[in-house]
Amino acid sequence: MAQLSVDDITLRFGGVTAIANVSLTIEPGQIYAIIGPNGAGKTSLLNCISGVYKPQHGRLVFEGQDMASLRPYDIARLGIARAFQNIALFRGMTVLDNLLVGRHIHMRSGVLSGMAFWGRARREEIEHREIVEDIIDFLEIEAIRKQTVGSLAYGLRKRVEVGRALAMAPKLLLLDEPMAGMNAEEKEDMARFIIDINQERGITCILIEHDMSVVMDLSDQVAVLDFGRKLAEGTPDEVKANPEVIKAYLGEELAIEHVE
Amino acid sequence: MQSGVFHTTYGKDMALQQSSWQKWRLGLVLAALLIFPFVADNSQLYLANTIAIAAIGAIGLNILVGFTGQISLGQGAFLGVGAYASALFTGRLFELFGGTGGTPFLVSILLAALFTALVGTLFGLPSLRLKGLYLAIATLAAQQIIIWIITHTPKLTGGESFSLRPTLLFGLNMNQNGDFRFYWLLIPIAILVTLAATNLFRTRVGRSFVAVRDRDIAAEVMGINLFRTKLLAFAVSSFFVGLAGALLAHYRLVISPDRFEIGTSISFLAMIIIGGMGSIAGSIYGAAFITLLPALIESLGRQVSNIYPNIDTMLPYIQQGAFGLVIILFLIFEPEGLAKVWHNIKNYFNLWPFSY
Repeated sequence: MAQLSVDDITLRFGGVTAIANVSLTIEPGQIYAIIGPNGAGKTSLLNCISGVYKPQHGRLVFEGQDMASLRPYDIARLGIARAFQNIALFRGMTVLDNLLVGRHIHMRSGVLSGMAFWGRARREEIEHREIVEDIIDFLEIEAIRKQTVGSLAYGLRKRVEVGRALAMAPKLLLLDEPMAGMNAEEKEDMARFIIDINQERGITCILIEHDMSVVMDLSDQVAVLDFGRKLAEGTPDEVKANPEVIKAYLGEELAIEHVE
Repeated sequence: MQSGVFHTTYGKDMALQQSSWQKWRLGLVLAALLIFPFVADNSQLYLANTIAIAAIGAIGLNILVGFTGQISLGQGAFLGVGAYASALFTGRLFELFGGTGGTPFLVSILLAALFTALVGTLFGLPSLRLKGLYLAIATLAAQQIIIWIITHTPKLTGGESFSLRPTLLFGLNMNQNGDFRFYWLLIPIAILVTLAATNLFRTRVGRSFVAVRDRDIAAEVMGINLFRTKLLAFAVSSFFVGLAGALLAHYRLVISPDRFEIGTSISFLAMIIIGGMGSIAGSIYGAAFITLLPALIESLGRQVSNIYPNIDTMLPYIQQGAFGLVIILFLIFEPEGLAKVWHNIKNYFNLWPFSY
């Protein structure tokens, strides 16, 4: 059974249609890439999945549960985590605290037990600190764990962003351009992390990425969006050969030459 | 020689006092607090008590403004709610119904704080829709509404001013030699509040407050219910502010609405700006600074009054001018406040004498 099925959704902002009748099926354990030119509706689609936007038409079903009436914080509890495109870390917090916020849904201590910092609240902090430290090890960010996020370099912030989503122990991870603005070396690191997240931790990934070589190497399935419509869907090789896709990416004339 | 602080368990790494030097420093501060009332005169004790109350209020405000990022101009009114509520619980409420009793002092300040938390939550409702300046204006409305209610219900609040019964704690009249006796009540409460607030921000709920301040959308996608968290911040903040108000009422014994006007709100905002937004220790530094500044200027004025006799008439203006000047200087040169200044000094000496 599909883990997430996006069924014929349409999202409009006033007169602008950001997503038009898009359907996707994401199987458990996949790395599912969504590609497309700027403004194609990729991030809007992720916003629909994480509940920030509500599509006017269509259904989103995650593991058999209809997500129509769920708020973003409910969806987080279902097991969907997200790393944002333009880095939405909590700037004033340390790396450690950022990751610990990721544990929020798995923790229980309230105001009073927190203020007392005694017994269960303290045990809980230590317990979740261990889980977070595990992720810090995995992402190789030990050296910066106590630094304020606002003081970090861009590449590291991207990594912390992924770490924070990972701390939620999700079943489905939405990665919105995790490699944008990175140099080759950083991209390689990030690709390695994504493969490990997918294979060792068994987390399904939806990946938005512009770097085609990364997309083709990493993903099991690729969907192509253009002007809010789904142009194509299939394995990387199928998509690469699709004339519609070539047209959207390279332009009409070139496409004809390419086909010829 | 020790080259750093290294921990072997996460529990130790989370401790508030990490090095033996920090423990010594804490010990010294506590010792000074214990000795102080025996060497200080009444006016100095009065200042210390005022600082303790202001610190509790400033910590409350900082939880809301500094940590959760919800600007509030209603601080003064919430102090007033706490003050009047506790005053009512200890006596007047019973007198209205022909009784003579009252709830015990400690119970009534707790009830007053809870009541203020409730009122604060109510006025926090607009924070669902409003942010930044708009929310500030909404809380300004809260400020005006509450003061209006206080001045227009003279049966409850005595209108112009309100005299409380002397504060009894376990049969002891706290207001007899009040500066000395209240010191032993206010300082422990201030310490408890400091500890509670510090703990709050190293656990789940505190982190969710800061997350809402820094990136609300990201916080929501991570499973934090924004509305509930904001309301909780209003409640926790108002609880401490109400507590400060209640303590103020019982310490001074006479309260009037003009103590809780917008000016009070502004001076509490000044405390957390000067002390440091989003810093518990900063709230205390700021409370001390804003309380001591006018007193300091006054005593300076008295010393130069021989040379410059007109100084007395000008003192209020100098005090207000200094207040404004200090805020501007902090905003320009150290927007993170005294907490940051102290942090920088510590860092300097950490590396001293090899500061490279």
